[in-house]
Amino acid sequence: MPLPSLPATSQHFHRPRFPRNAWYAAAWDAELKHALFPRTVANQKLVLYRRENGEPVALEDACWHRLLPLSLGRLEGDTVVCGYHGLKFDCHGRCTFMPSQETINPAAAVRSFPAVERHRFIWVWPGDPALADPDLIPDLHPNHDPRWAGDGKTIHAKCDFRLIVDNLMDLTHETYVHSSSIGNEAVAEAPFEVHHSDREVIVERWMLDIEPPPFWRAQLGKPGNVDRWQIIHFQPPCTVAIDVGVAPAGTGAPQGDRRQGVSMWVINTITPETDKTCHYYWANVRDYRIHEQRVTTEIREAITNVFREDEIIVEAQQRAIDENPDKIFYNLNIDAGAVLARRLIDRMVDAEQGEARIAAE
Amino acid sequence: MRSEKQWTTATVTGIHPAAEDIRLFELEPEGGATPYKLGSHIDVALMVEGRSILRSYSVVGSAPVAGAWRIAVRRVGDSRGGSRAMWGLKHGDALRITRPRSHFELGFGRPEYVLVAGGIGITPILGMADALNRTKHRFRLLYAGRRRRQMAFLTELEHLLGDRLQVFCSEEGSRIDLAGEIARLHREGEMYVCGPVQMMEAARELWRASGRAPTSLRFETFGSSGHLPLQPFTAKLQDHGIELHVSREQSLLEALQNAGIEIAYDCLRGECGLCQVTVLSHEGPVDHRDVFLSEVQKHSSHKLCACVSRGTGTITIDTGFRRELRGVLPRTPGGR
Ligand code: FES
Ligand code: FES
Ligand SMILES: [Fe+2]
Repeated sequence: MPLPSLPATSQHFHRPRFPRNAWYAAAWDAELKHALFPRTVANQKLVLYRRENGEPVALEDACWHRLLPLSLGRLEGDTVVCGYHGLKFDCHGRCTFMPSQETINPAAAVRSFPAVERHRFIWVWPGDPALADPDLIPDLHPNHDPRWAGDGKTIHAKCDFRLIVDNLMDLTHETYVHSSSIGNEAVAEAPFEVHHSDREVIVERWMLDIEPPPFWRAQLGKPGNVDRWQIIHFQPPCTVAIDVGVAPAGTGAPQGDRRQGVSMWVINTITPETDKTCHYYWANVRDYRIHEQRVTTEIREAITNVFREDEIIVEAQQRAIDENPDKIFYNLNIDAGAVLARRLIDRMVDAEQGEARIAAE
Repeated sequence: MRSEKQWTTATVTGIHPAAEDIRLFELEPEGGATPYKLGSHIDVALMVEGRSILRSYSVVGSAPVAGAWRIAVRRVGDSRGGSRAMWGLKHGDALRITRPRSHFELGFGRPEYVLVAGGIGITPILGMADALNRTKHRFRLLYAGRRRRQMAFLTELEHLLGDRLQVFCSEEGSRIDLAGEIARLHREGEMYVCGPVQMMEAARELWRASGRAPTSLRFETFGSSGHLPLQPFTAKLQDHGIELHVSREQSLLEALQNAGIEIAYDCLRGECGLCQVTVLSHEGPVDHRDVFLSEVQKHSSHKLCACVSRGTGTITIDTGFRRELRGVLPRTPGGR
């Protein structure tokens, strides 16, 4: 008799946490210069740099010869010179120089990864380069659109990137985590709606005729109650763009007229670094007082403080997960967005199963 | 990047004729075939005359078919025994193979590509053509052979590529105009070549003469093709004071190893140069089958790569062995 096959759930222990065939933000535009910049993306060690013409390059961060990280070497024009025995690699990762020989081994190359600059981030594709279609880069255009102003930062968080996705997919936590700034009872009380397709999850919450929390009162600069919205757009595997704002109550915002109000995009893309660490890139851009740098700085610093509160939570959560390896999460009604988001991530991972081996080569 | 060989056992699940004297083998590894990188090859361990030999074959196509990796093997009278052993395999036979590894990767995103295949050299090129076609890159495939009926996968390629495929048959008197192709190629375009050693050398020479970036000419060699037919020869080892017979089925390196002679090596495909020995004299021409030595170095035949290159008649070599090595630290006056 053939052995019974293992139950399907046992696969989950081995299922990678993130797909390799995806675009991941690896740096802010301003971070990447004509200089070697090491960064790990989806467990892949990379060295990034800009060519002299400004184009981004991402190479495997290990020399073909004896594996010294190329990021410890130096740039010579668009060529990386290894810091150990001087092998040189061009921007496609191909070796152009070997010491003490007249020819070059035709196989000598380090992997090069597709890299594209868009919406103020440098995106890299750690998976099969034949599938790297730049049209698949998440649409975060408000991040560089002149009608919007703002800025952001990067948080290096010691947790599974999905804990941050979970966090952003349900803003009920604002009431409890961010009570001094953006949270109040209204958020936890308001009903929400969840919609999903094969490529997106949207969680939409409207809080009508409520007293605004302090942060939003200041942004609006008008007295009285407001209609407040939070519309969360998730694009797998790790981008969450949140459309938020307030307008004086009853001025038509729920019907689409936001002219009396203020809007903001909270842009988040959370690049897994390793299974249990991530680089969380976030930005806030607004459609009001867009020429006031002071507002940009104030909001960026205010959000920095808000997100520090989240960081404490998700890192503590990761430690608890590690301490309870036999436990799994319980999901509540409020977790619908997170559950659907994780399902889309898993679907991407499952679609590329088997390729993990070639990627590891 | 280089990765370690991972051995597995595979079953022959299919054998199909692919052209006159070419067979396509389907090898199903334990657990089923996984995807692989373009330009990958697998090593196969074969028994020839009671000894185990290793042969490398490119994996055919851009993805596994029916759970199997596919390789194509040409039967050559003039072979070191690998093709004969492969042709002796039957459906259901088991053999030890390595998982696919690639030393001949395709770089995406270039403005134009020319793929050049000679004979059985079509095997790694096939998957590249398929991938470039799927990803809508601009490319052409130039495929040369002696006779059409000896050229594998012609029908599939004609179907897939239409007029992006050009076929050249020496029997019909047509030849690839490599110089012209290189001249016409987009400035940032790339050329990928796999074929007999003469084709690769011509491509390298013309490429060099064109002044293009050396890294944009990509080629792969298994060191299995030479300028002269395979023949046994004798190697006199000046340093060891012995004489070795190198049979048709053996490389010089294998003969040295069988005789217990220490010699450094790594790639076993004529690329790294670690196995080079000094040639003190040679009776007939040296058949350089490596890509490590430059043309000038090959011409002078002062060195040869023992893993692939061969002599004729008798050659006298030095492997660098010295019974008595001088003490490294000279004694200083007044020292002990
Ligand atoms: S390790 Fe890079 S040149 Fe040797
Ligand atoms: S072992 Fe590398 S050239 Fe012979
Ligand atoms: Fe939060």
